[in-house]
Amino acid sequence: MSLPALLTGVPLAAAILVFCLRGNGSRNIIVKIAAAVTMALSVATGVTYFGHPVFIKSTGTMLSTVIMAVDVIAALAILYYTLVKFKKIWIAALELIQLGLILWFEQGVGHSIRLSADLAIDNLAVIMVLIAGIIGSLIAVFSLGYMEEFQKEHPEVEDRRPFFFFVIFLFLSAMFGLVISNNLLIMYTCWEVTSFCSFLLIGYTQTEEAIHNSFKALWMNLLGGVAFALAIVWMGIEYETVELSMLINLGRSAQPVELAVALLVFCGFTKAAMMPFSGWLLGAMVAPTPTSALLHSSTMVKAGVFLIIKLCPVLGGNHAGLMTMFIGGATFLFASCAAISQSDGKKVLAYSTISNLGLIVCCAGIGSYEAAWTAIMIVVFHAVAKSLMFLSVGTAEQQLGSRNIETFDGMFCSMPGLSLCMIIGICGMFLAPFGMLISKWAAMKAFVDAGHPLLLLVLVFGSSTTLFYWTKWLGKITAYIPSGKNREEGIHGVQWLALRSLSALTIITCILFPLVSQCAVIPYLEAAYQTSADVIDRNNLLIMSMMVILLVVLPLRFGKGRKKKLVVTNLAGENSGDNLSYRGVAGQTVPVSLRNWYMESWFGEAKMKLCGFILCGSCLLIEFAIICGGAFHV
Amino acid sequence: MSYIKKSPWLVHYDGSSCNGCDIEVLACLTPLYDVERFGIVNTGNPKHADIFLVTGGVNAQNLPVVKQIYEQMPEPKVVIAVGACACTGGVFHDCYNMIGGMDKAIPVDVYVPGCAARPEAIIDGVVKGLAVLEEKQKAVAVLAERAEEERETVLEPTVAMHKQQEAKK
Amino acid sequence: MSEIVFNIISGIAYLVLAPVVGGLLAGVDRKISARMQRRVGPPLLQPFYDFFKLWGKQPIAVNEAQSFYVFGFLLFVIISGLFFFTQGDILLVVFTLTMASVCFIVAAYSSNSPFSQVGAERELVQTMAYEPMLLLVALGFYLNCGSFSIETILNAPHMNFIYMPGIFVGLCYILLIKFRKSPFDLSMSHEAHQELIQGVVTEISGRTLALIELAHWYENVFLLGFVYLFFAWSATWSPVLGLAMCALTYFNDILIDNCCSRVKWEHMLASTWLVTLVAGFVNIMFLMYMR
Repeated sequence: MSLPALLTGVPLAAAILVFCLRGNGSRNIIVKIAAAVTMALSVATGVTYFGHPVFIKSTGTMLSTVIMAVDVIAALAILYYTLVKFKKIWIAALELIQLGLILWFEQGVGHSIRLSADLAIDNLAVIMVLIAGIIGSLIAVFSLGYMEEFQKEHPEVEDRRPFFFFVIFLFLSAMFGLVISNNLLIMYTCWEVTSFCSFLLIGYTQTEEAIHNSFKALWMNLLGGVAFALAIVWMGIEYETVELSMLINLGRSAQPVELAVALLVFCGFTKAAMMPFSGWLLGAMVAPTPTSALLHSSTMVKAGVFLIIKLCPVLGGNHAGLMTMFIGGATFLFASCAAISQSDGKKVLAYSTISNLGLIVCCAGIGSYEAAWTAIMIVVFHAVAKSLMFLSVGTAEQQLGSRNIETFDGMFCSMPGLSLCMIIGICGMFLAPFGMLISKWAAMKAFVDAGHPLLLLVLVFGSSTTLFYWTKWLGKITAYIPSGKNREEGIHGVQWLALRSLSALTIITCILFPLVSQCAVIPYLEAAYQTSADVIDRNNLLIMSMMVILLVVLPLRFGKGRKKKLVVTNLAGENSGDNLSYRGVAGQTVPVSLRNWYMESWFGEAKMKLCGFILCGSCLLIEFAIICGGAFHV
Repeated sequence: MSYIKKSPWLVHYDGSSCNGCDIEVLACLTPLYDVERFGIVNTGNPKHADIFLVTGGVNAQNLPVVKQIYEQMPEPKVVIAVGACACTGGVFHDCYNMIGGMDKAIPVDVYVPGCAARPEAIIDGVVKGLAVLEEKQKAVAVLAERAEEERETVLEPTVAMHKQQEAKK
Repeated sequence: MSEIVFNIISGIAYLVLAPVVGGLLAGVDRKISARMQRRVGPPLLQPFYDFFKLWGKQPIAVNEAQSFYVFGFLLFVIISGLFFFTQGDILLVVFTLTMASVCFIVAAYSSNSPFSQVGAERELVQTMAYEPMLLLVALGFYLNCGSFSIETILNAPHMNFIYMPGIFVGLCYILLIKFRKSPFDLSMSHEAHQELIQGVVTEISGRTLALIELAHWYENVFLLGFVYLFFAWSATWSPVLGLAMCALTYFNDILIDNCCSRVKWEHMLASTWLVTLVAGFVNIMFLMYMR
């Protein structure tokens, strides 16, 4: 019991400390120590519980009282923002509905329900704890340097750093609570806290756009919260349980749990930014970069997919599963297409996040053993690589004053260290021996075995569009434009620390992924599915990890060959000699500038969004109608 | 055996010609003359080319261009001046902007006369150029045997050869 | 045990023979093309002459990094082919090939030259166009034979072509892109297309260019291997049929190359995806539901 308590307690304590001790110096120290301790704790959790899943039941009513109190406090805080400060009545109504539902439930039905376990720490939870603990802490450390520069560069933004770090640590604490809870009431509370924290983080700059987007995030997530509350109430009344493990057991023994599962999956959709709820994740781009990194890679959206993956064994054949996989599939395809037409680095990342989440959700929706394996593997790879990408783009934005990918021209020469991090990140996102393609491989197998040709189509097209936008970006960074100036000065040491650790982590995960699969994912799945199998042949996994090693070693050994005579690039004989300009009409010197393809008419954002929203929205409505019909015997 | 004789790739550049010679150069590629028989390919890219085939004379405008294209070609390389203008400046020789034949800009190895030069003459010129090319290839090979650091500085046999030729004169 | 030995032998044979076969195929291609245009054409061994000539040229480059990516391209093409000929996993082959294309594209991008970059973008669009079909080919074999392993595919009880004609048509279509034939030779081509100079390879010369030629020879050989898989089954005379069909496919591509002019990238992308959907996907549906 002590370790889980510490895991949630330490970030919480750090949050309060940071909030109270407002000096820059003390904050630097507290954040670093808290991050280190959190990381150590999450590793300790990993060591303790890896392979030894435990169910923990709290004694006494302490926990439930605390949970209720947190519920009410969070609700009051949200009501304060929605009713008093910004007058958004209908968002307040969403909050009131769920608070009412939960309170009513706790007072009435909730008392008679006997709990068998409050917390469940299985391998999946441990993986999530490790992701949130290690990556989240690194992001917190990175923020120290980043936010200092951010405040310097944006004097118009009020310096609320104590508040910022408070929310970050609160977020981590809630995230830990979320992934280790088995009692849905606890999970609901953490869920609400993460929703609220993301709202605060997105609105950090207090500009009109930021406030607008933060409320967008809030109402979408609150909608999910309402679904969560409904699911709890329905489960309590119908099955007399509020435990996730019980729900899964019921589902396995062929009980009709579709509605509860569908409601939970729905609330996973809102958090994981599936279409049509993808808007909030794109809006979250207005926040300082560490926020986006935290929301996109390791915490917020991962909470959504975590819940759906947990429900994996009871999805599959039923309508809840159908809904999950079609919405996931459609989101994957349309988001990856939309990413092609974007030039804003963070927006490309956002769309790629949405599309990857779509793939995860889609796999989870299939519900088979293979599909669940794939989903978990993508979660791991995506968390590491995407956080690295966000932090790199954020740093580049600070150095260059723009996050448009077109301005990354010549980064290879002017910012060698940072561009290396970015290259590793991009490779980690999509290249073959690295993470994503292994997952795609497994996904393909899972889709074929599940017999869904449409999903197969979505996957093959989605993966080729993914290839397009990542390679385009990779090409932009690797373009060799010599410049005398090194533009890396001014990047803080803590930022380098985070970037380098994440790069190393990306490479290590890619090399050791057979081990991750063997030691972490497969034992979890064996417990969840009571079967055992290799999704991808072990030899092939080894071959792939060899290829990663090759790719890492190769550049180190290269460049010792023959000396080459350097000549200017081919500009039809009119190169002025520096590769950067040419002699134009009437002897003018015209600078060379190269731009990427965006194919707006094919993959325009509005078009893709429209298609995605209509498809996903109608799928959501139809499936819910069918499921409700089944549940209420209409 | 020297492979360079069997696979001469050329880049064609039109200096300031009247386009008469250019048409004839393209005629060499047609089925009637079919220079691909000899492995000749018109690459259009100086970095892939062994033969720099120029038509027209050099003027103030195209002087740096010709020099740059020549500079971009890897050794061994030969320059073939096709047509009267490329050889001497031709009918344009006393124009206000004219500098003269191609040899005013870069070292020319083979001169193909004619206005316009006939395809047969052009092919003959290219074949003559092949002999020069082979000679230069040998020079490169000799140089390649020398020490690594020396190589880099003297890896310009064209320049070296022309110095020798001028010394003989 | 003998199986492993056989695999090692065929792997080594691939390493040694594929460039020879690939080079000869390129020579045959040039010869046949010339004959179709009523020309004599270059000698059959011309690609080898070109290769050795390039090998002996002075090394020039626009930057130090480019040759590394080209080397990566060659390496991954070879590895991908090795997986194929040692009867490995067909999806692994496809993915490694994707890596190779990415290396190739990045090599072009890294020069930061306009012609190269236009080539790189076009190559990227081409990759995006053919990638779905290539994956569907692998999936089709999986559905038909129950395994991604090439060994199983080769020992299928019936000719694969019978159950996957649509996928075969799709493969032939994208092979035009992979072989860089008109109408899809957008990113680079052997003919003198002046507006693009040489696309992807504009800034690459000498030995580095020779390596690219070599990589293409390797690539072409095992791409034809994909064709072979369609006509291979457990019958003893199936290799004859398979090789004949490879030759026919290659000849067909040369014929189309000489009949067509280049299309715009929009047409290429749209038509390839349409073929993927109509021929490939319908066939996949058939395999999934009818068999």
